[in-house]
Amino acid sequence: MAAGIGHGRTVSSAFSPIRNWLLMPSWLAIGFFLAVPVLLMLVYSFLTKEFRGGVIWEPTLAAYDQFIFDRGLFGDDPPKIEWTYISIFVRSILQAVGATFFCLLIGFPTAFYIATRSEKSKAIWLFMVTIPYWVNLLIRTISMKFLIRENGPLNEGLLSVGVIDAPLELINTNIAVQLGLFYSYLPFMVLPIYAAVERYNFALSEAASDLYAPKWTILWRVVIPVIKPGIIAGCILVFVPSLGAFLAPDLLGGAKTFMIGSLIEEQFKGNAGNWPFGAAASMILLSLVLISLLFYARAQSRENS
Amino acid sequence: MEAAVSINSVRKDFGDFTAISNVSFEIVDNEFFTLLGPSGCGKTTLLRMIAGFENTTAGTIHLYGDEIENLPPNKRPVNTVFQNYALFPHMTVAENIGFGLKMLGWSASETNARVDQMVEMVQLEQFVHRKPGQLSGGQQQRVALARAMAPKPKVLLLDEPLSALDLKLRQEMRKELKRLQRETGITFIFVTHDQEEALSMSDRIAVMSAGNVQQVGNPTEIYERPANRFVADFIGETNLLDATVEAVSGNKLTCRLSDGETLKATSKSEVSVGQAGTISLRPERLLLSLQSNGKDALQGTVGATTYLGTDSQIEVALSDELSLIARMQNGIATSEQFGEGQSVFVQIADGAAQFLVE
Amino acid sequence: MDGILNIRKYTGFFSITCLCLFILYAPLIVVMVYSFNDSLSITNWQGVSLRWYADVFYGAESEKFKLAAWNSLTIAVAAATVATVIATAAAIGMVRGGSFRGKSVSFGLISLPIMVPEIVTAVATLIFFSAIGFKLGILSILVAHIVFCIPFAYLPISARLQGIDASYEEAAQDLYASRWNTFRHVLMPILWPGIMSGFLLAFIISLDDFIITNFVKGAGVETLPTAIFGAVKQGIKPNIMALSTLLLLFSVVFVTLAYVLGKRGEDTLPSDDKEGVTS
Repeated sequence: MAAGIGHGRTVSSAFSPIRNWLLMPSWLAIGFFLAVPVLLMLVYSFLTKEFRGGVIWEPTLAAYDQFIFDRGLFGDDPPKIEWTYISIFVRSILQAVGATFFCLLIGFPTAFYIATRSEKSKAIWLFMVTIPYWVNLLIRTISMKFLIRENGPLNEGLLSVGVIDAPLELINTNIAVQLGLFYSYLPFMVLPIYAAVERYNFALSEAASDLYAPKWTILWRVVIPVIKPGIIAGCILVFVPSLGAFLAPDLLGGAKTFMIGSLIEEQFKGNAGNWPFGAAASMILLSLVLISLLFYARAQSRENS
Repeated sequence: MEAAVSINSVRKDFGDFTAISNVSFEIVDNEFFTLLGPSGCGKTTLLRMIAGFENTTAGTIHLYGDEIENLPPNKRPVNTVFQNYALFPHMTVAENIGFGLKMLGWSASETNARVDQMVEMVQLEQFVHRKPGQLSGGQQQRVALARAMAPKPKVLLLDEPLSALDLKLRQEMRKELKRLQRETGITFIFVTHDQEEALSMSDRIAVMSAGNVQQVGNPTEIYERPANRFVADFIGETNLLDATVEAVSGNKLTCRLSDGETLKATSKSEVSVGQAGTISLRPERLLLSLQSNGKDALQGTVGATTYLGTDSQIEVALSDELSLIARMQNGIATSEQFGEGQSVFVQIADGAAQFLVE
Repeated sequence: MDGILNIRKYTGFFSITCLCLFILYAPLIVVMVYSFNDSLSITNWQGVSLRWYADVFYGAESEKFKLAAWNSLTIAVAAATVATVIATAAAIGMVRGGSFRGKSVSFGLISLPIMVPEIVTAVATLIFFSAIGFKLGILSILVAHIVFCIPFAYLPISARLQGIDASYEEAAQDLYASRWNTFRHVLMPILWPGIMSGFLLAFIISLDDFIITNFVKGAGVETLPTAIFGAVKQGIKPNIMALSTLLLLFSVVFVTLAYVLGKRGEDTLPSDDKEGVTS
């Protein structure tokens, strides 16, 4: 192709003049129905709650205050640290970290294995790993719930084989939620790592082996550092959704395992809700997510430099 | 008579980069005009500006007297044969060829008649219902040609259309294109980097380099009387010797070479004594002989000889720093064998030594 | 000396892969199997039966589920269509627009719905609708769905468009086509597999959505996921299992179809190779 000037022929003179018109619908749709609402939510987090849901337009820090401090019923008492909400956030972070860890534990070997198969079987394995993702998350969570509940097949199976004497009470525990999160987002860990291993040049491993390095050392000191961007991407793709998850904690957990998602949902259901508080919790969640993404972007650019 | 295309003081910048500095020339109606130059010289950019895919940074372009540089491509009666053909992959050959007519609102019957005519012209009758992916490179090229010529454009632009074809096919297509241009009377503007192609096909050539037009002329002028060093070097082979003017008499000069020898040369432009420049000597205009025959000649020693079938290429060293390459036809004139190390006289045909400035 | 050392093979990785697949499929298979259980209690196995499937279609709650399914389907088709149109325009603007100030901001805006956690989107949308007095119902669900479907439709379309040479569009213009005709006759047919992929992806994303729908649907409307969720809150009954199995199979068939169509689209994309067939 005649590229004599050194710029590729990707700018089409047909459509570039009307570029702004082409982009306007998406700008309007997302700007107006997402960006503006998020900003409004930020504003709401600083307003006063209305008793049946909704807000009174009086600025206050009450919502954020409520997270950390317990000011008693009338707000006169000296502030004590209120651990309830803080612990919910901490629990969410721990759950997300845990889910990421287990997904990594199982997902990394899986991705590595699949990526080192022949071209034909690679595609089949990959397809098999992705199919469950395409099933509705709700259905998947329900299936998990059905499986592990007290009179469910898992317990029945374990009881009949004799591994346990009494059914495991898994529902409504942190373990169940952890299992649910792990189950929901496992493919998100596998895919980026698979992509990274696919691109990995095994000549590096061969060279290391030539220099007397044993296989597991090669894995730890050669392979993993090279595919680190893929691993980090997978971790972010599991961590971020886990942080704000709703279905797993709601269906598999209960009052004892409350996470951010359930806390927020509670504020907007029925008449007991506190909209500014819900908005504030959402803002804090959003901030946590943004921090994670910034961390990810920073790690990626350090890799590239 | 008004020019088919006139380029007036055209400039094109891409951000900081100037692709075309200041170009002006005219293309005459019904001529086969070629833009010739190495990669990056701006010839394709110029073509695209005539077609309408790039706008001018400065200057105007006229088509038969009308200013067109502000018109979008679909409003210019100019059609293009793209370098990669750009045949619509989802349409058949017939649909491709008829596309422009459909866009112009021709009736179905008019379109079909014209498409048949075009298909016959490029001899692709059996392939009418095939898609481009099922055609060979040469066939695709002919479809591209037919498609561009179907809407009866006033000017046809061809962007290196033969560069992807193999040698034999390219040579055939050169004759085809020349014939088509003659028969249809459409003004062709042809872009290429292959100077042999340009010389064999064109009525006139514009030689370009680094965003500037170096010379515009017919093939003979370009080859025999190059305007500057670049043109002499780019077209065909030549020997280039640095020289300084010692004496001027009309357009005949006496020059001194870097090793002290003098040489007579002619110049197209005005020069003054002491001016530095280059003398261009075409290898085939040098006559080698073992004996002097009285006329002015340079003296040198034969170096390597390369046998090329029809000709032989003979290196002659004039001194430690200067050497020439001479080309002589095998058979008739080289009854004398030029062995390595032999002393030889180099005669220069009249008018063959050109003094050129940069 | 050991035999040939295979640096691709690590012990245990195969077992873990099998474990991974087992974990992924076990709950789904269990649900499928038990949906054929001929018993009121879900856990005592009492022989194969299709009664729960019959219950889904004709039983006490079937009207509710049918209406919910209908809502889900219509919203998904409408949302996917609108989102695909908007995404196609956006893709053309971004890919063919050259570089311009605000291009990365544009891209950030288009991908915003994917970056923001679903629950945050849900809350923000609810707050916004209530603030502007937008009544909650089918329309509010539709609007919210369109917004978060846009990036999902955008990605396959943009990917495909980047692989299409812009000279087709130039050739069309050279041959007197207007912008619209260039799109309609030249670009769209070649882009079509990408547009289809985008549409199908947006469709399934909309169909499956729970959290955002749950927040903005208001009291009177149910989509299939919200209806199922409501039913499950009261305990997992056998008809839920049957319904889940149906949805499961639908998703798998749907995605396989989309994948096959996508693959076939790949083959028709013209390569840059000019030679085609040598003759």
